[in-house]
Amino acid sequence: MDYLNEIQRSLRVGGQGRRRLSRSELREARWGYGFIGLWLVGFVAFYFLPMVASLVFSFLDFDLLNPGEATFVGFKHWQRLLFEDPRVWQSLRVTFIFAAISLPIGMVSALFLAILLNSANLLGRNLFRTLFYAPTMVPVVAGVLIWAGVLNPTTGWINMLIQAVTGFDAVGPNGIRWLDDARIIYLAYTMIGFWGVGNAILYNLAALQGVPTELYEAATIDGASWWRRLVSITLPMISPVIFYNLILSVIGLMQYFQIPYVLNGGSGYPDGTTYFYLIHFYRQTFQFLNMGYGSAIAWLLFLIALAITGTIFATARHWVYYAGEKR
Amino acid sequence: MARPTRPLPLFRSGDPAERAHTDAAMRSLIVKVLITSTALVLLLLYLMPLGYSIATSLKSKNQVTDVQAPLLPSARVTFEHDGQAFDVLRVPIDGDVRELAITRRGRTNSTFVDPADPGAAPIEWDGSWRTLEPVYVPDPKWENYPTAFRFINFFQLLRNTLMYAVITTIAATFSAAIVAYGFARFRFPYKGVLFMVLISTIILPSQATLVPTYAVFYRLGWVGTWLPLIIPTFFANAYNVFLLRQYFLTIPTELEEAARVDGAGPIRTFVSVILPQAVPAMIAVSLFHFFFAWNDFFGPLIYLAGSQDLLPISVGLFRFNGLYSSEPQLIQAASIMTMVIPLIIFFFAQRFFMQGVVITGVDK
Repeated sequence: MDYLNEIQRSLRVGGQGRRRLSRSELREARWGYGFIGLWLVGFVAFYFLPMVASLVFSFLDFDLLNPGEATFVGFKHWQRLLFEDPRVWQSLRVTFIFAAISLPIGMVSALFLAILLNSANLLGRNLFRTLFYAPTMVPVVAGVLIWAGVLNPTTGWINMLIQAVTGFDAVGPNGIRWLDDARIIYLAYTMIGFWGVGNAILYNLAALQGVPTELYEAATIDGASWWRRLVSITLPMISPVIFYNLILSVIGLMQYFQIPYVLNGGSGYPDGTTYFYLIHFYRQTFQFLNMGYGSAIAWLLFLIALAITGTIFATARHWVYYAGEKR
Repeated sequence: MARPTRPLPLFRSGDPAERAHTDAAMRSLIVKVLITSTALVLLLLYLMPLGYSIATSLKSKNQVTDVQAPLLPSARVTFEHDGQAFDVLRVPIDGDVRELAITRRGRTNSTFVDPADPGAAPIEWDGSWRTLEPVYVPDPKWENYPTAFRFINFFQLLRNTLMYAVITTIAATFSAAIVAYGFARFRFPYKGVLFMVLISTIILPSQATLVPTYAVFYRLGWVGTWLPLIIPTFFANAYNVFLLRQYFLTIPTELEEAARVDGAGPIRTFVSVILPQAVPAMIAVSLFHFFFAWNDFFGPLIYLAGSQDLLPISVGLFRFNGLYSSEPQLIQAASIMTMVIPLIIFFFAQRFFMQGVVITGVDK
């Protein structure tokens, strides 16, 4: 299925035991390494060594201008990170609360839109698919500036629409202040994120097309309702793609940076509610140039990412259904 | 369940079987209309910000802050009288609403001139002129685009972005193809483990490696140049390798074997047998990378922080927003300009693009 499965599969194939390679096998292996060598070099230079160095840096006080004068400070940065810097926990909390709101909304809407765009009763399906995907192509900065405009309390169309439809006094400086009101800020950010769900819709759509129609026909004959078919057939059958979307969304949300940075320059406005973890990393590393402390912040992010994706992988076998796989 | 609608009596037939058939056709038509109109409403909501942006980009600065103005680009109508321009307002007079130019604004009564008959005596009207609505005509300010183009220095941003996007797209696509071929067609020790390592780099947050990488590039004197953003793309990215490997695995091996029998080495086989067959996947990877490069923000933000002249469109637009926050119409015009090229490419190449998305996400 997708490449996350490849990880599980390759783990299983891992130990083939060691034996001498024949001449032709040796030749083949040399060519193989020759082709993947490009990546191996890149991996060592841009992933492996920097990972190690980043860990080492987190124990140093380090100045970019005088790298020779780096001093070993032991666990100073880690102690500050875990116990002394209130901004760390604040930004982690912000990141997790936002993820808890935005992730389910994003995933359910992507699934809902995919089901809609897969419906045989939808006229002009291809045109709808193209147009629903198009905003995903809009560069993120442009998208954020457009949403900031349309969410403007006085001149934005969202408040005007709400006022026209519900009669609620939404427009004006005392109306709905989407980007200034700490109580609804995450909803506003979630809305801005809607323009990025195109890929998730496409993955869902492709998975829906792969569900055998006989299953639905059999269920319909048995009198299963639309909801029942969704829960008992559709969701299990497309669960590998839901899993894949979940992993990608989690990774994306942990690295959430660009939208708050474009909207408020990383100030956390309003009331620190948009002070995400990566904003903290960016400010410490590239504004205050605390390279050692920045490395510790980045390493903690890596550990958290590892723990979360690891947990999702571990739970996968309970809810992700792989057709054709023997249990 | 009650039938939603009855067929028109005109089509009503005496035969019950035929009637059921017409009913079913009618019901299916209703379902189609319902679902399609739901999708249409959702689509309009989804694209509404785009409509807002286009409309705002064509407004005058005055209209953006004018709360009485209509949604679409318009200008207040004025009337020239005795060498002076006067606003035209809607004035209710004797149960009729007339469009008159206001020549004197008073708190309790004002004076108007009828633009249709300026020679006639001025009209006095009792009431506060502030309650009157101005008259607007459609007036798109197309010149906002050239203005934004000049202010943001769009040509330079475009040149920088295109240069970066094109170079790295070529580098990323071909390096990924080379590595993918190695993983798709050769057996070698630790292949499974290495492939797993490759794939795990997708999950690795890039910030975890950033500080040392930045420090090294800084020591090399590369910070403030495009090199830190270009060089790593020559070493194959996991996502692209995965996509191309999946595609290569679907190519039958007969042609390669024939080439080998003819004495072609692996490099020759790769270039003249595999690559020509993999064109759709190569296009998909190129598109992915091109859009990624067009959008790339964090990298240019930190590596090009002090180099105003080298900025790409993403960071340029961000800076522009900071400088011209009082000119929303220019910001929206600039936003629209940055999306034109990606959208055009997407509409023309969407078949390849969507296939590529599907290969990485779902296909075996």
